[in-house]
Amino acid sequence: MANHKPHSRIIKLAEVILRPLDPILGLLLACLLAYAIIIMMSASPGRVLPTLDYPPGSIISAQLVQIFLALGLMWLVANIPAQRLLSLAPTLYIAGVTLLVLVLQFGVVVKGAQRWLDLGGTRFQPSELMKIAMPMALAWFFQKRDGFIGWKEFLLSALLLGVPVALIAKQPDLGTALLVAAAGIYVIFFAGLSWKLIVPVAVIGVAGIGIFAIFGDQWCQPDVQWPFLKEYQRDRVCTLLDPTRDPLGKGFHIIQSTIAIGSGGLTGRGWMLGTQTHGGFLPERHTDFIFAVLAEELGLAGVLLLLALYLAILMRGLFITAAAPSLGAKLLAGSMTMILFTYLFVNIGMVSGILPVVGVPLPFISYGGTALITLCVGIGILMSIRRGGREH
Amino acid sequence: MNTFNEPDENTGGFLLRLLVAALLAFGGCFLLALRLYTLQVKYHGHYHTLAEDNRISLLPVVPQRGNIVDRNGVVLARNFVAYTLEISSEVTDPEKTISELASFVAIEPRDKRRFYKFRSENRRLGSAPIRTHLSDEEVARFIGQRYRFAGVDVQARLFRDYPHGQLASHLIGYISRINDKEMEEIEERGDANNYRGSEHIGKLGVEATYEIDLHGITGAEHVEVNADGRAVRRLKNEPATAGNDIELSIDIALQKVAEDAFGNRRGAMVAINPTNGEVLALVSMPTFDPNLFVDGISTRDWRMLNESIDKPLLNRAIYSAYPPGSTFKPFMALAGLTYEKRKWTQKVSDPGFFWFGGHQFMDDKKGGHGAVDMYKSLVVSCNTYYYMLANDLQIDRIANFMPQFGFGARSGIDLPGEADGVLPSPAWKRKRFKTREQQKWYAGETISVGIGQGYNAYTPLQMAQAMATLANNGQRMRPHVLKTVIDNQGQRQEFPPEQVVDIDVKPEYIAQVRQALEDVTRFGTGARAFAGAPYRSGGKTGTAQVYSLKGGKYDKSNERMRDHSWFIAYAPAEAPTIALAVLVENGGFGAASAAPIARQVIDFHLLEKRANESAPEDSGASDDEVGNGSNPPMAQATGTGDRPNGQP
Repeated sequence: MANHKPHSRIIKLAEVILRPLDPILGLLLACLLAYAIIIMMSASPGRVLPTLDYPPGSIISAQLVQIFLALGLMWLVANIPAQRLLSLAPTLYIAGVTLLVLVLQFGVVVKGAQRWLDLGGTRFQPSELMKIAMPMALAWFFQKRDGFIGWKEFLLSALLLGVPVALIAKQPDLGTALLVAAAGIYVIFFAGLSWKLIVPVAVIGVAGIGIFAIFGDQWCQPDVQWPFLKEYQRDRVCTLLDPTRDPLGKGFHIIQSTIAIGSGGLTGRGWMLGTQTHGGFLPERHTDFIFAVLAEELGLAGVLLLLALYLAILMRGLFITAAAPSLGAKLLAGSMTMILFTYLFVNIGMVSGILPVVGVPLPFISYGGTALITLCVGIGILMSIRRGGREH
Repeated sequence: MNTFNEPDENTGGFLLRLLVAALLAFGGCFLLALRLYTLQVKYHGHYHTLAEDNRISLLPVVPQRGNIVDRNGVVLARNFVAYTLEISSEVTDPEKTISELASFVAIEPRDKRRFYKFRSENRRLGSAPIRTHLSDEEVARFIGQRYRFAGVDVQARLFRDYPHGQLASHLIGYISRINDKEMEEIEERGDANNYRGSEHIGKLGVEATYEIDLHGITGAEHVEVNADGRAVRRLKNEPATAGNDIELSIDIALQKVAEDAFGNRRGAMVAINPTNGEVLALVSMPTFDPNLFVDGISTRDWRMLNESIDKPLLNRAIYSAYPPGSTFKPFMALAGLTYEKRKWTQKVSDPGFFWFGGHQFMDDKKGGHGAVDMYKSLVVSCNTYYYMLANDLQIDRIANFMPQFGFGARSGIDLPGEADGVLPSPAWKRKRFKTREQQKWYAGETISVGIGQGYNAYTPLQMAQAMATLANNGQRMRPHVLKTVIDNQGQRQEFPPEQVVDIDVKPEYIAQVRQALEDVTRFGTGARAFAGAPYRSGGKTGTAQVYSLKGGKYDKSNERMRDHSWFIAYAPAEAPTIALAVLVENGGFGAASAAPIARQVIDFHLLEKRANESAPEDSGASDDEVGNGSNPPMAQATGTGDRPNGQP
């Protein structure tokens, strides 16, 4: 190591801590997390309606603990060289799939979904592990194949992707299945999936959404059954088309969050002053719907600031991807970056009523340790890859 | 070889993919920003309104219902505050809650039944009372345990109270819970907002007629609410406007004298001031206690009232029509004079019967009254005279003449549920009956009509109105019970007297008939009842057959088959201030049972004399004397205690 500054132990310690971290990514993340705390102070439920579950202030302190835990993990991951991480991929993947099978056998059922493994007191969600293990495994796979995608590789990667996604969707957990699938698809895309396949699929996808928007009303008649989707999933999609068809039930979330966002206006109703938030009209306001709190209280200005922070992180991620030292690292970095985009797009799209309600949190902002840890590990991987690229 | 990629990790191919990813990220964020711009800027106003609608809730402030007082200010209906124990509709297992509550407050099976009935019928109100009228001790006991009962609370509520109980209950009416049908009517007349939060509505009598005046205008409290609908802050308060007080033309002391005079007998009495149509007393016996209805009547009480053979819920004064009997004769006499079928002094011979169409119409005096002129026909109530007169007039003239006195048509009194009565005519018969045979008018029927029998049937109100018209020299005033509406500022709005008809009868004819009626109470059929009266009055007895004796067997032992007893009167004769009609069901001869009641009422009205007791001269209409004893007397809001001593 070149830089020796032996006069201060503190500086040395700081150097040890900071060396593996990418300063730009780190700074942007710090801004985002600070923003998150400001929003959470208004959104935390204990503040408005003290309940037994959430005594006042408990959410904030829990969130702070989780942030430090996640940042610690991020630092650890950033210290591991990217190639080392990639070599762990097969193990992680196999462990993840095994746990997913176990969940379906022995998992704890909460709110009708079997997603958790009970580890004597704490619960563990194996699908969350898959969000990291999946892109790593595929990146490892394509690196092994030197980036060559023939029929065989394509089918094999599709299988590697499909099995865990199917297991997660069966729990059922559509949101996580979507994110895991997306993480894998990004890897395959960056690995060089033929445009001849991408373009038609994209065209069919866009056309499908268009057709659905037109014929959705007929398909949403109560007696129509949809293949592959559970009734509540069907209802979420239908409610998106017309939230008023169930204003007090399934449509309530979307109607109330849309009102919160719209009433925020350009500059918002003021921090801690949102009536939708503090009157309790906004459901899930400190978790999946926290974006509506931001939009209501800080308005379009606050929203654009958040989008700008996200875009900056995304651009930094893509830059790291471009500068990554190996194919595996490139694929992993690209996927980690774009999965972050998927998170925020699906969440904000859902809260503002252009996407169906799926359980995807707003990255780095929503309350919840698991998602935060997964996301920070992703940032840690990016930082690790960045370090590898620098030293390359 | 078909490949899915171009293996070009650091070539332009990968950079292109990075560029596409970057475009996707920017495009996605732009799309989101566009959506947010649409929501937050373009449609901001719309969503702002929705957010305010969410936030602000208008809670109704129920106005205090107006009082009802009599012409001297004696309170007939008022409100009082009482504590009720209420269970919110959010309580899912009320049975358990009730059984736990029962150890702190007494809960009867009756309370439970009422609670469940109310709970199922009034979902919109949010909570249902399990107990009303809690004692202070019960309130204290519950408050101590309140923490154990989520969704149960004590509320101070206004209750309606009818301090005089059974007295004048048909007239005053009562309020009771608004039912679905009434709610629909309220919505139809666009008054639903004003009834948000109101639980009661006037169902009968004055409470029903003047519902809109009495109800008042509901206020609103603007409160900030949270999603549970719980108020967190008060923003603005629009106070309710209390209902108007209704001052009736009724003299409740007179009403009491009349009801006491009836005793246990069934019947009705209506007393009217003939000069302006003000109803002074309106009696229907037996009566009921309107207080039973206010909180929802119990099934047992309802059955007792509804299934009683005496029909206490029936307002006989305005709804039941009875054949008028001989009280119809003065009006027949006027018809005879007006159509010039009889002269005042013209005498006819009464052999004791009238033979017509093979049927003998009997006089009640064997052998007849001999030579009878119109004066005598009224004073002694000669039937034969009127058989002949009716036959001479023919039914069409009778049917043309009588409506101007109000016979056979609703008077338009300001009380709900008035009946038409029947003024028979060939046209009425055609409408009333179906087969051609039934529809035919027989000349013999005209003869029965002449003495107030046959199809004739009039309500006591119609008879009183006809007598008042006569007493007011042919000017018929619309009868009404409202005297003044007093708003919450104390502004008084008097009910203007309304003349309906000026009878088309020569004044001299009216004077002649009145002269005869005034002698009825001196020498005639009413003489015994009015013996010793220090004023002059006019009157006419009547006895109406309950069953036609043709074919039927008169059974004297069956009390309910006895004749109805009528008496119509006015006084003082020179310038009448009261005209009345008394009907005693199955009372027999009018002279025997109805006339003494009329005497007591007129005595009280003119002389301030209590029947069977001597009242302190100066106390007037104080509560002790008017109250019926079953309810404690209460402070009067406006009662002055000094009644005018008789009327000029």
